[in-house]
Amino acid sequence: MAFFDRQLTKPLPLGRTLFSYGMSAIAVLSTALALMALLSILFEIFRQGLPGLKWEVFTSLPAPAGETGVPSGFGNAIQGTVLMVAIAALLSVPLGILTAIYLSEIGKTSATATIVRFVMSILSAVPSIVVGVFAYAVIVLATLFNYKGFSALAGAFALAVIMLPIVVLSIEEALKLVPQQQRFASAALGANSIQTTFKIVLASALPSITTGVLLAVARVSGETAPLLFTALFSQSWIENILNPTPSLSVMIYNYSGSPFPEQTQLAWTASVVLLGMVLLTNLLSRLITRKR
Amino acid sequence: MNSSKAQSEFLESESLKSESIVGGDTAWLDRSFAWFLQIIALAAIALLFWMGSVIFKQAFPAIKTFGAAFLTSQDWDVSQLQFGALTYLYGTVVSSAIALFFAVPIGIFVAIVTSEKFLPAWVRSPLGFLVELIASIPSVIVGLWGIFVLIPVLKPIQLWLHNQFGWIPLFSTETFGPSMLVAGVILAIMILPTIAAISRDVMASFPSDLRTASMSLGATCWEMIFTVLLPASLSGIAGAVILGLGRALGETMAVTMVIGNSDLISASLLDSGNTIPAILANQFPEALDELHIGALMYLSLILFALTLAVNVLAMFIVKIFGFKHQ
Amino acid sequence: MSSPNSPTPSLATSSESDLALCARSVDVYYGNRQVLEEVSIDVYPGQVTAIIGPSGCGKSTFIKVLNRIGELESNMRVKGEIQFFGQNIYSQRVNLNRLRRQIGMVFQKPNPFPTSIYDNVAYGVRVFSRPSRAVLDDVVESALSDAALWNEVKDSLKKSALSLSGGQQQRLCIARALAVKPRVLLMDEPCSALDPIATLKIEELIRSLQQELTIVIVTHNMQQAARISDYTAFFSTDESQVGRLIELDSTAKIFGSATHSRTRDYIEGRFG
Ligand SMILES: Nc1ncnc2c1ncn2[C@@H]1O[C@H](COP(=O)(O)OP(=O)(O)O)[C@@H](O)[C@H]1O
Ligand SMILES: [Mg+2]
Repeated sequence: MAFFDRQLTKPLPLGRTLFSYGMSAIAVLSTALALMALLSILFEIFRQGLPGLKWEVFTSLPAPAGETGVPSGFGNAIQGTVLMVAIAALLSVPLGILTAIYLSEIGKTSATATIVRFVMSILSAVPSIVVGVFAYAVIVLATLFNYKGFSALAGAFALAVIMLPIVVLSIEEALKLVPQQQRFASAALGANSIQTTFKIVLASALPSITTGVLLAVARVSGETAPLLFTALFSQSWIENILNPTPSLSVMIYNYSGSPFPEQTQLAWTASVVLLGMVLLTNLLSRLITRKR
Repeated sequence: MNSSKAQSEFLESESLKSESIVGGDTAWLDRSFAWFLQIIALAAIALLFWMGSVIFKQAFPAIKTFGAAFLTSQDWDVSQLQFGALTYLYGTVVSSAIALFFAVPIGIFVAIVTSEKFLPAWVRSPLGFLVELIASIPSVIVGLWGIFVLIPVLKPIQLWLHNQFGWIPLFSTETFGPSMLVAGVILAIMILPTIAAISRDVMASFPSDLRTASMSLGATCWEMIFTVLLPASLSGIAGAVILGLGRALGETMAVTMVIGNSDLISASLLDSGNTIPAILANQFPEALDELHIGALMYLSLILFALTLAVNVLAMFIVKIFGFKHQ
Repeated sequence: MSSPNSPTPSLATSSESDLALCARSVDVYYGNRQVLEEVSIDVYPGQVTAIIGPSGCGKSTFIKVLNRIGELESNMRVKGEIQFFGQNIYSQRVNLNRLRRQIGMVFQKPNPFPTSIYDNVAYGVRVFSRPSRAVLDDVVESALSDAALWNEVKDSLKKSALSLSGGQQQRLCIARALAVKPRVLLMDEPCSALDPIATLKIEELIRSLQQELTIVIVTHNMQQAARISDYTAFFSTDESQVGRLIELDSTAKIFGSATHSRTRDYIEGRFG
């Protein structure tokens, strides 16, 4: 029917018009729904969490359950999160950089390099709780330096395993962006491959490498599942990385189901702090690459 | 040339004068560097196998005791040391299925809105950015929101579903708040960015002259999307959906916090339930008995294998059918 | 280096170790595909040798054979012998880093490192030694002066090399190569990405460097070859797409009365 219709001004048949409008409406509605979820999460975190955000939360330990009116906070949990993420980065970033250098400078399209890349993307898809189980088996169940059981080290190890593939894949991308011509220029001046890699390739990729590392840091700072039964939790300040260690994320989980309102409040406030840390790291990483 | 005394001394010195091109072999340095890096890279591969074998070794007591019957048994009794995975397997699969039910259509629509030209670019790219922002919110925070916002919001809807459609087995029970349905919805929110972002990239890589060609034949924008764009992007979208599924299967915190953690298999989505990640999160901190730990490890091994299979499948779909439209 | 600087030196009198570079029956392959066959060339010290020829005839390939950078870039294989002041550069015992330091290279597209101007020039020196700051300052200044860039950048040595114009970047790359005091400088179409004024500057530069340096330059611009070189080598391909050296002679001879008709045709603009 539309085939014989030569009048430009005549509107499309009603069915087609309705279909178009209907689809557009559904699409916009779907997007609005997704945005609503995001905004609701952000709004609620800030609405519930901000009122509790006082200086004392950074400097105090959690008050015992049921005690109100005393300074209460999660200084130890911030300490624990920062400590474990830092150890995880120390473990995974050097290893990740070297693996990425292998992929982009040596292995390239070889079979080994392809397998390494494949395994890295598989590793990045392993559920974080399974990585936690792995760390539990390797470290919590073992005896290290006469210590046995839950520890910051076990938590950091789990986080490091989660970070590694993210770091490798993003740094490889960063290294591949360095123009080949610069490698040749360096070699033509008599530099060997180590000098070329470190003085030219790594140096010019440094901003994007930093971005990749920061994104990985942001990602693992919020991880909970791999810490639940590796680092466990503790109500005191950290003294030894071989002891159970608190973290913001596990604290939020523990207090989320608490019957005491002041503990729930602490969970909301900790969420603001954790979310702030994660989003700031994210933003920072974007700024670093933007600036160049 | 304006060379000074210091410079000419330097140029006479050993380092720059050497006219010979032999000796001081440095090729071995390059070779050892390459070898060193290769060993590191192989160690990174070994990590995956180490992980698999360690979990398998720890699971072995349970594998020996329960064998394949573990998969079909509903028993989970720590005091009797009787263990079976079916309840958790069921919960994991059903909650992920619900998640896909919601996240696939919404994710594809979001991908269409952010890749097609309904909206000006200055609206589209922030939209995409915001949806992807969901992925960077720690899941424990999403779970906290789930407990205090999503459960209360969904409760009247769940009650209404039961009152109106109680005769359908899916809605046959009265809810008390936390449920399989809530878990599915929260999972849907968490995997939405994965599905939307990858599908968007797939669609954005669709050649624009083919779009124009279709529309110049008189197709409306939506007719073009359904007859040209979506069919051509199918494999990429399938890859995105399966990757989303992989995330849903392994997601722990948010689900644990809203699913109710009760060990029952119920046809009703309004009942509470449990998943493999949730039971791991709940019981590992207190597990002492070797067989109990073994059973939990066995569950981890199943989850590991399941997500591995799903992700490898996604990669192959994307690789074989091609991610980009060539 | 005791070679006459006359425009028409004699071809016959030099022994192999007097030559800066001497290629004998060089075949080059990429994988299994041969791109150069039986190339034999003498490069006289203190002279500018230009390589001309239609595109795709293997000029860049040949120049990359001379400092063995080609094998780094791709799966290049070389047969035959090449001597650098009498030393076989394809011998097992050759240290590639030392070789490349003595045979500098300037690439078609300026490729400064994304560091400061100073660090670009100092890079090659730092690769081999740890000179004091004062010495390094001197080396950088004299290399930049030799590359006729000093006056333009002496107040902005800390600025990024990428902030320079294309022509300045290319002269920086020349300065970078000169800083390590190479005996030979290879240049692969160094002006092809530059405007005419920048090109002229580089041509003047090449002329002034020739006093103490041996230069091999690939160029697609025949006027340029005629203006700046003492010797010219003409490469060409036949139907099999394998490149060969057709003729090597003093530039005056090549552009005046070339022996081969194909050389004459190419120079007069009759291709094929
Ligand atoms: N890396 C490479 N791999 C394979 N073939 C190449 C490579 N580089 C150049 N070639 C081929 O070798 C031939 C000579 O190339 P080249 O030396 O760049 O020529 P010219 O510089 O004279 O234009 C060309 O046919 C080209 O396609
Ligand atoms: Mg060329």
